[in-house]
This record gives sequence, C-alpha cells and structure tokens, in this order.
Amino acid sequence: MEIKAMKEARTLLTAFDYEPAPLERGYTDRSLHIRLGENRVEARAVPALVREKFIGGKGYGLKLLWDAVKPSTRWNDPENAIIVAGGPICGITQYPGSGKSLVCTISPMTDMPIDSNVGGYFGPYLKFSGYDALEISGKSEKDVVIFIDGNSGRVTIEEAPLEAVDGHVVAEQLTEMYAEDEEDKKNISIICAGTAAEHANIGLLNFSFYDLRRQVARLKQAGRGGIGRVFRDKKIKAVVIRFRGTKGNLNKPADQSRINKAGIKLHRQIHDLDDAQCRMRQIGTANIIEVMDAYDLLPTHNYQYGSHPDTYKIASKVFIEKYTTQGMPDGCWYGCSLSCAKTADHFELKTGPYKGHKVTIDGPEYENAAGLGSNCGIFDPEIILEANFYCDTYGVDTISFGTITAFAMECYERGIIDKSHTGGLELTFGNAMAQLELLHQMSRGEGFGYHIGLGVRHLKQYFAEEFGADRAFLEDIGMEQKGLEVSEYLPKESLAQQGGYGLTNKGPQHDEAWLIFMDMVNNQIPTFEDKAEALHYFPMFRTWFGLMGLCKLPWNDTTPADNGMTDEPAKIPEHVQNYVDLYNGVTGASIDKHELIRQSERVYNFQRVFNIRMGKGLRVHDAMPYRSMGPVTAQEYLSRQERYDQQMKELIGVDPEGKSVEEKIAIVRAYRVDQYEKLTDAVYKRRGWSSEGVPTTAYLREIGMDLPEVLEVVTPLQA
Amino acid sequence: MIQVNGKPMIWSEGMTVASMLKEKNYIYAKIVVKINGVFIPVEKYESTFIHDGDDVKAIHMLAGG
Ligand code: SF4
Repeated sequence: MEIKAMKEARTLLTAFDYEPAPLERGYTDRSLHIRLGENRVEARAVPALVREKFIGGKGYGLKLLWDAVKPSTRWNDPENAIIVAGGPICGITQYPGSGKSLVCTISPMTDMPIDSNVGGYFGPYLKFSGYDALEISGKSEKDVVIFIDGNSGRVTIEEAPLEAVDGHVVAEQLTEMYAEDEEDKKNISIICAGTAAEHANIGLLNFSFYDLRRQVARLKQAGRGGIGRVFRDKKIKAVVIRFRGTKGNLNKPADQSRINKAGIKLHRQIHDLDDAQCRMRQIGTANIIEVMDAYDLLPTHNYQYGSHPDTYKIASKVFIEKYTTQGMPDGCWYGCSLSCAKTADHFELKTGPYKGHKVTIDGPEYENAAGLGSNCGIFDPEIILEANFYCDTYGVDTISFGTITAFAMECYERGIIDKSHTGGLELTFGNAMAQLELLHQMSRGEGFGYHIGLGVRHLKQYFAEEFGADRAFLEDIGMEQKGLEVSEYLPKESLAQQGGYGLTNKGPQHDEAWLIFMDMVNNQIPTFEDKAEALHYFPMFRTWFGLMGLCKLPWNDTTPADNGMTDEPAKIPEHVQNYVDLYNGVTGASIDKHELIRQSERVYNFQRVFNIRMGKGLRVHDAMPYRSMGPVTAQEYLSRQERYDQQMKELIGVDPEGKSVEEKIAIVRAYRVDQYEKLTDAVYKRRGWSSEGVPTTAYLREIGMDLPEVLEVVTPLQA
Repeated sequence: MIQVNGKPMIWSEGMTVASMLKEKNYIYAKIVVKINGVFIPVEKYESTFIHDGDDVKAIHMLAGG
C-alpha cells in the first residue's frame, strides 16, 4: 500500500530508450549521461584515446569530471558531476573482489576531485546494462529517482516526493518497488544517501545489494569526501538499476580459463589459510583492532595515543562472540570467498528515530571501531554498532565523523569550547550518548552536530573566529589535510606513513599506501630513497584497483603460504601475477607487471594535474598537521617519554638530560618536520615531480600522459 | 644483544622465537621469521632458540590497511 502511494505520487520527467551495447572483453565502450534540471539523457561512445589512457573505473571518472567542470567549479555548482564506473574486470565472478564501483566528484570537503571505491551490485549491473560509466550532472528542483532498466534498455527520471531519504529505508522501499518478486530483488541495486547528507559535507553514498538469506537490502559505502552531499544537493533520492541474468561470463573475456585458473588458486588459498591469517571470513577488517593497539597504532583520544587499556572491550573477539553473525559467507559481489562483509543482525537500536527497531548493521569495519570508538575514547561495542548504523543510514562518513568528533572532544576537554558552544552537550572523551546526539542533530541539520558535519577544517576556523581559540594549536591537533579528515591509523612513528597520508591525491586516506609495518616494524625501507620508492610503487599499484573495479583486500588480506620466501614479499608477487592474468584474460591484452604500474601512473598524474587545475595539488597542500608526526602536548610526550628521549639521543644527537618537556617537544618537532620535508623531496623526485610537486612535462611525456589539456595546466608551472 | 629487524634487542639465556615475539608484543598473525637468513616455520617457534648475536628478521606481511 505504501509502495502504491509512492508510485502514484510520482511524475515522469523523462524517459530514454536505448539498445544495450554488447559487452566485449570487459568493455561496452558506451557511457550514460544524465543532466538533471534539463532532464536530458544521452548515451555516448567512449573514444579510443580515453580507453587507452584512462582504462576504466576511476580513470573514466576523473576524465569525465575534468571535461564537466571548470577550475572555478565548486561542489554545489550544477556542472559538478557524480560519475560511477566499474572497470574492465568489474563484474567477473571467478576472482574475489571483482564487483567494485568507483565514484568521483568535486568534493565539498576538498574543493577538488575525490574518488571512492564501493561494493554492492551497482557497478557490475551498470556494465551489464550497457555502460562503462554513468555521469550525473545538473540539479533538480524537486526530489527525483533515476531508474535504469538494463534489460529493456530504458532510463527514466521521475519526481519522487514520498520515498524516504534515510539509506536503509529508501533502499528497502525501492527494492520492493522495482522487484517483481522476492527472487527478483537480487537483481536490484540502489545508490542513495541519507538525511544527514542534506546538511553535512561529510555525506556519503550507499550502494545496495539484496541479501536473499537475510531478506534485507544491505548497504556498502562510498564514504570519503562528501559525495553524498553532492548527491542530495542535486536532489537525487536514489539511482536504481535492475539487471536480470547475471552470469560469470558476461564480461565476454578473451580467455576465460586464465581467469578461472587465477580464481581457483585464490579460493583454495583463502579456504586453507584465512582462519590462521586475517580471519576475514569471521570478522572482516575488524580483525586488526587489537593488533593496532598492540603496536601503538590505534588512534585514541584524537590521535594523542596509540593504545588504551580498554581496547579489549572492543576487540574483534567481542564482536565475533556477541554481535557478528558467523557461518554465513558474506561477499559484497558474487564470487568473493574472502567474504569480509560481515553484519550484526537483529540489533536493537537504543536511540534516535529508529529506536526500538531491530536492524541489520553492515560492520563494524576496523575504521568504524577505531573512529567511532577508541579515537573518541568510546570502548562500548554496542555504541560503536549503533553509531555505525546511524552513520550509514543518515549517509555520514564514519571516518570523518569519528575524527571530527575526536577533535571536538579534545577541544572540549582542554576548555577551548564548553557547553555554551555545544548546545549543552558534555563533549568529553568517552561520552557515547553525546556522540550519538551529534549524529542525530546532523541528520536534522541542527545544533552543534551541524557544525561537526562540516569537518575539522571548518571547526578550526569556527572555534578560532567565534570563540577566540588559538589557531596554531588547532592546526596542530586538527587531523585533516586538504580538507579531508585523516583515517584511523596513528602515523607518528612511521615517517613513510606520514607520507602515505600526506603525499596523496585526495587527502589522508590510507587507500594509497599503508606502510607502517614495512617502515616502523620491519625496518625494510630505512632510507629516504627506500621510502620514496615505496611511496611510488604502492600508490601506483593500489590506484590500479580503482581503474579495474577491484577490491584491494584480496590482494593482501590473504597471502600465499610461501609468500615470505619471495623476493618482494610486501608486494605479494603471486597476487600481482594474478592481476596481470585477470587483465590479460578479460581484455585480451598482454601487459606485464610494469605496464600495470604505467597504466596507474598515467591516471595518478592526471589526478595530480586535475588538483593543480583546481588551485590545489602543490607542495603547500601536502603538509600534514603536526599531531600526525609527533607529540604536540606535554601529556603526549610524557606518555612515551622513554621512546622520545631515546630517539633524541640516538637519532638527533641531543642529550635530553636536564631539558624541560617543552624544550624536548621543540627539538623533536624540528627534527620530525625536517624529516617530512626531506621525504617530500625524495618522493617528488621519484614521482617525476618538481620540488613544488608539479609533474614535469618530460615525465608526463615519458608515461604517455601528455594530453594537450594536461600540458596546458603544468607548462606555466615548470621551474 | 641480538638484532631484530635491524634494531638491537637485549638477548637472554633460553630465548626462543616464541619468547622473542612475545617480548616484542608481535601479535600479528602473518609474520615471517628468519634467523641469520634461515626461515623458521611457525610450528618451530617454541623449540627454536635464538643465540646471542643472531640477526633475526620478523617481517610483518602487511602493506595495506
Ligand atoms: S573482500 Fe570484502 S569488501 Fe572486498 S569484495 Fe570481498 S566481501 Fe567485498
């Protein structure tokens, strides 16, 4: 009945019929373009040059975005576009992790391109429906639902006034509406955001897939950089796709047996070794909560410290034993035997508009437990799950929300803000109910929660200008860079990871490089040149997942038994070869592992130049807040005094004896900042960039990313 | 004194791979251990002694969070 009323309230704005393009060797060579407001829908051919240089996925997203925007475009301008694209491998079912979508837009957090990698069935279904990419630009006046019927070849845009906005509700409604029966629900995937995404710049996108066993529409998140905010600003309630007939060979690969062989090998390895390795099938990425604590890497109390005596309360085994459903393979696309997409089922909510509802929560991921939990001083698994649920359904990036709240809590504890600024909330570390209240406020666009939703960069300015806070101190402890909040690892003791966060294209997200063990524990990259090599190789290698529509977890959260015996174990050479085989198997090409890196280098450098075109992307933008490098306060120094004193003696050559804590903090700081600058020099050199971080024209020619529009941006900046 | 991943660690009589990992709080599940370049399988951690002056590698197999 409810669905019937929703349907009756709809107004058709436009319909577009098309002949689904055949999928050959991973490509349809067609893209779908929707212009809201004007209600224009059109299909375009993907030029051969674009396919050659940009490969797919994030490469296509960035290229289409570049063409859509001007240097002056802000996130809420109509020309800003949201682009969703898989890649040539996206959609195969024989190899774990092959169903990812990449989403690009101009971010409200960073004012430059953001990209986010997300599961759910949308990316594969888009391709099977005839398109390598979907671009949505323009703005609607009223809320709309876009529907793509991939079998009949029809796209509609309809005004949709009655559907919900919160992710878990609208995903259920639209799955119900568009499926013919229960069995058909698996053929539906929905992109939606949530009510907080209407107010918060940290708004995310949910991508659904229907879980037939649980009979629920599950949500996976394109979390970083505020894409959900752009989505709701365009007044999109949802994009729905339906495709019936998924099979393992729809990508029409050139060599199916090559793909199968790689897949079988990996499935066997996961089956035999996962229980003793990462336990991804039991608990997913949350397996590392206690590991990070043991190595002093788990951010606690706004990244002041790396461990806490209460971590055992949120350790992975607590979630396994009490909350996370076991014994169900949980892949976010067909064929993923690593199955890390765990859920807490029948979880009864204690707060907010859905209080008393029993829900399925996708999570917790490690980042949720660390960001919503330890970093805010919260060690209650039920609060972490509840906040995880509300972040998802309201459309809020858990990482940014955790880091922002942790920052506000530290400001509160230090007396920089008080109850008169927080609307009466006692924002001390560990106050879980205050954290949840901020989320609920954010969903309504009210109170202090509204400000939290605008990010650490906004809060620094707001606290300084409105409440007279010391700006320099806020710059030190506010864990954002380029406008994006730092993800949930403490990088103080790993220079390489400071670079892994700082010397990135989109901001401090760890999906480019996570080098903490290689650097801090294994001591495998001791020199600046070693670190620079790692900060070239790993970001390029990991960019490639985004070009293909792949998940990175099956690369290194499972390893062959003999991996330790190989020349370069950190790279996991057998898996690298698998990826080369997958690409060649799907596309019929014959690349090797070097060409794989080259494909990424082209897109990575294009993104860097895109940032420069938007007025960012230079050395000055790659600086990190000092909290990420070393102790800002006396408490932090004293908590690890032995370590810092020893380093002062051994690395800096200064005797700490007789020095005040303040003097020692200053000495350590001067040293560590200098190290970061030297690392930056080394990385830029290795990446073919000038000392200001601009790709040189010679390097762009060498890698084949010397398109005229790219050279036009960088030529005036050559030293 | 022994070297663990190129950094000095105080050696004690009767130190095994297992006791060294415990002392270091190296709890990560995917660690490859070598003593003076010789690989030590997991099932031998308890019974393999580390000698004074040994060069030990305890390589954590994680390059991506
Ligand atoms: S490893 Fe996890 S996130 Fe990656 S594809 Fe598989 S289920 Fe999805």
